[in-house]
Amino acid sequence: MKRTDVKKQKSMTGMHIRRSLFAFPYIVWMAVFILSPMLLILYYAFTSEGGATLENIVQAANWDNMRVLLDSVRFALYTTVLCLLLGYPIAYLLSRMKKTTAALLSVFFIVPMWMNFLLRTYAWKVLLGAFTKILYTEAAVLLGMVYNFLPFMILPIYTTLIKLDKSYIEAAADLGANPATTFLRVVLPLSMSGIISGVTMVFIPSTTTFAISQLLGGGKTMLYGDLIYMKFITEQSWNAGSALSIILLVFVLLSMTFMKKAERKTSDEGGGRLW
Amino acid sequence: MVNRLKKFFAGTYLGLMLVFLYAPILILIVFSFNQSKTLGNWTGFTFNWYAQLFSTPEITDALIVTLSVAAISSVVATVLGTLAAIGLHAMKRRDRLLLENISQLPMVNPDLVTGISLMLLFLFVGFRDGYTRLLIAHITFNLPYVIFSVLPKLRQSSDMLYEAALDLGCTPMQAIQKVVIPDIMPGIVSGLIMAFTLSLDDFVISFFAGNGVDNLSMYIYASARRGVNPALSTIIFVPVVTLLLIVNLKSIREERNAELQSRKVDMKR
Amino acid sequence: MKTSQKIVCLALALLLSLSCFACGGKSAKVTLNVLNWGDYIDPTLLRQFEDETGIAIKYTTMTSNEEMLVKLASADNIYDVCFPSDYIIEKLIADDLLYPINQDNIPNLKNIDPRFLDLSFDPGNTYSVPYMWGTVGILYNKTMVSDPVDSWNILWDAKYTGEILMYDSMRDTIGITLKKLGYDINTRNEADIQAAQDALIAQKPLVRAYLTDDIKMELINGSAAMGVVYSGDAVYCIGENPDLAYVVPKEGSNVWFDNIIIPKTSTHTAEAEAFINFLCDAKVAAQNSDYIGYSTPNAAGLALMGSDYIDDPTYNPPQEVLDRCQIYHDLGDFVKVFSDAWTKIKAA
Repeated sequence: MKRTDVKKQKSMTGMHIRRSLFAFPYIVWMAVFILSPMLLILYYAFTSEGGATLENIVQAANWDNMRVLLDSVRFALYTTVLCLLLGYPIAYLLSRMKKTTAALLSVFFIVPMWMNFLLRTYAWKVLLGAFTKILYTEAAVLLGMVYNFLPFMILPIYTTLIKLDKSYIEAAADLGANPATTFLRVVLPLSMSGIISGVTMVFIPSTTTFAISQLLGGGKTMLYGDLIYMKFITEQSWNAGSALSIILLVFVLLSMTFMKKAERKTSDEGGGRLW
Repeated sequence: MVNRLKKFFAGTYLGLMLVFLYAPILILIVFSFNQSKTLGNWTGFTFNWYAQLFSTPEITDALIVTLSVAAISSVVATVLGTLAAIGLHAMKRRDRLLLENISQLPMVNPDLVTGISLMLLFLFVGFRDGYTRLLIAHITFNLPYVIFSVLPKLRQSSDMLYEAALDLGCTPMQAIQKVVIPDIMPGIVSGLIMAFTLSLDDFVISFFAGNGVDNLSMYIYASARRGVNPALSTIIFVPVVTLLLIVNLKSIREERNAELQSRKVDMKR
Repeated sequence: MKTSQKIVCLALALLLSLSCFACGGKSAKVTLNVLNWGDYIDPTLLRQFEDETGIAIKYTTMTSNEEMLVKLASADNIYDVCFPSDYIIEKLIADDLLYPINQDNIPNLKNIDPRFLDLSFDPGNTYSVPYMWGTVGILYNKTMVSDPVDSWNILWDAKYTGEILMYDSMRDTIGITLKKLGYDINTRNEADIQAAQDALIAQKPLVRAYLTDDIKMELINGSAAMGVVYSGDAVYCIGENPDLAYVVPKEGSNVWFDNIIIPKTSTHTAEAEAFINFLCDAKVAAQNSDYIGYSTPNAAGLALMGSDYIDDPTYNPPQEVLDRCQIYHDLGDFVKVFSDAWTKIKAA
């Protein structure tokens, strides 16, 4: 770079564009395509024939519906835990490989998702029906959910693990930590942000899946996604459907906030232990 | 010895997981050559379904829509989302948490709710073109996945890099381009891949937010009532896998060549 | 991450060129936007219509009647021709969403069997023209079921525990249960629904699964002994597996009609009518019904279809079967009672 260029550029940084401004295009997009449709849902949830009311929410929060919500959350939790237990080792092993091999292999872990979802699930029906006895049980639903969400757990963890400084691990070993301790006290805390992202991307969408439970669970349980579908489409009751959506929203946002609080605590602790 | 054992277990685990992921795919590929439309009921070998696939304009149109929407929406979402994540990361904690929570909305909302609410929005602003509506909807539901895969990388990387780049005379744009982006590249790529994947599979949002344009998933879901052309499942998969393999193998070879080259240079020194 | 960058660039270049190909090409001729069930028309007929008239057809698909209703209620929808079922047509008419068809433009209406004209959901066929029809019944495997199958009660027979498939559709499943109990399929009486709910909860332990499209797969494979299906699907399944047989139980059932309509918002009503007239042509109707396997209401078309179809009681049931079947009506607000019962059944 020529000296004059450097000077010119230095003077330009004097304007000091704040980095947060890079989010500006997204914030505009968000306001138009995420927030304003959401306002419509809020409107339907809290009005009835034009007048403001809490009636929709009260009606939607009945015992039958809440049982459905609990069932869905239970499935989503199991799915998230299983994806984490199965996906973390995959991400870890991939991250320790040579870069090119890892790139190729990680692609192999996502590519099955490029077959159509419905057909993939039909294929599972054939397999489960032919070789196991679990078709149309909760186990089949879980299997289907883990299958479909696993890549969304692997990828974010993998990307944080490859950045992990190997010298930390060596340092821990030099200081006499056994591999298990090194993993628990060094690797795990340092990959926490990837885990949080993975959990977010598995837990949240899996609370509202509906097709998997219908196809692999034999439609014997109703999940929250089915319920919302029934209100919006079968009953054509947008007030009731919106109310159910708002209840779910509040629930998920609360649980994510709790998780983030927990993350801050553990990562602080982890950091404390590390140093 | 311990190392070899470790390697063996690692290999076995990855292998088993790949079997888990590919078992249904194999079934689909096998049954795409089955005479009967019904999965699991083998009646004889045929190429008929593939012939039918490419002679039905409804399917080829839907394929083009699917691939172009997935490509464009995932790239746009990746650009917007990466910039957003960089911006969010630099914000004060309270602002950041608020925006992060709002960003989760498209993930929290069931597809149906996202689809219907976008449909109402498009009606309200008088926006009729089906293809563009589809694109906007897909970008919107892809965005959170990009943001949440880039953010952890940003938390990992040091803010000092950006400041240092500015001190060394970079403009903010250059600093982002030359310092920040390369540092978070893996997160960006995984966000892009996830966005592309999600876009391929969506049908509920597409049906409501779109307007008279079918993608492949919509076509497949609708056809299920009467039996899906079994070849449809492999239509995206096979070409994409071939493409990926070629690109990957080529780059592995290039890297090896580069390694050899550098070794030669070392020796000359 | 060089590899991935390359993948992205290559894929993008490829796809962007594809998308350019997608938006170009279409000329200025009229395009009819058709919204139909998936694979519910012989695609060669679409090509034939395009060649004969010069009108282009953009064929898109839907997965449920109610989803279509939501789309048509949105004033900016671009559809010109749709194929909803009877009770939805009733609702569409009530909501003033349909265009009154000019019957002078549909001379082929004379081909339609008068039994299927002037039905309760659209008196005088002001807004709709019959397309396909059928019944709901039991499809069972003769090698697995020894008892005579003539009543819905066999779906409640504990002998077949784990071999019974029910239709995962609120209206159909509660509907046949109402028939089994001797009630009106369109009842507005909460006690009737309560009785149906109790019966279905009692039946739940016997049921292998509540499915929709994949009931066919299960029955063809012999994974289950019996299931509730639409007659048109039964025709297909029996063709794949001759051990299967179809019955419309003696207590009665549902008879349904998918008709063709033009949304009020359509801007190409003349072309839409030309398309409807084309579909009512005897030869076209016969070819279409042969492709889909569902029963045609087109008498002139049926006559061309040969004895395989005409003498098949699944495809072409005798009038006495129709006499014990009922058409669904729009439930109005009472649908909430149905759906609350359905939630309880599913959560039980």
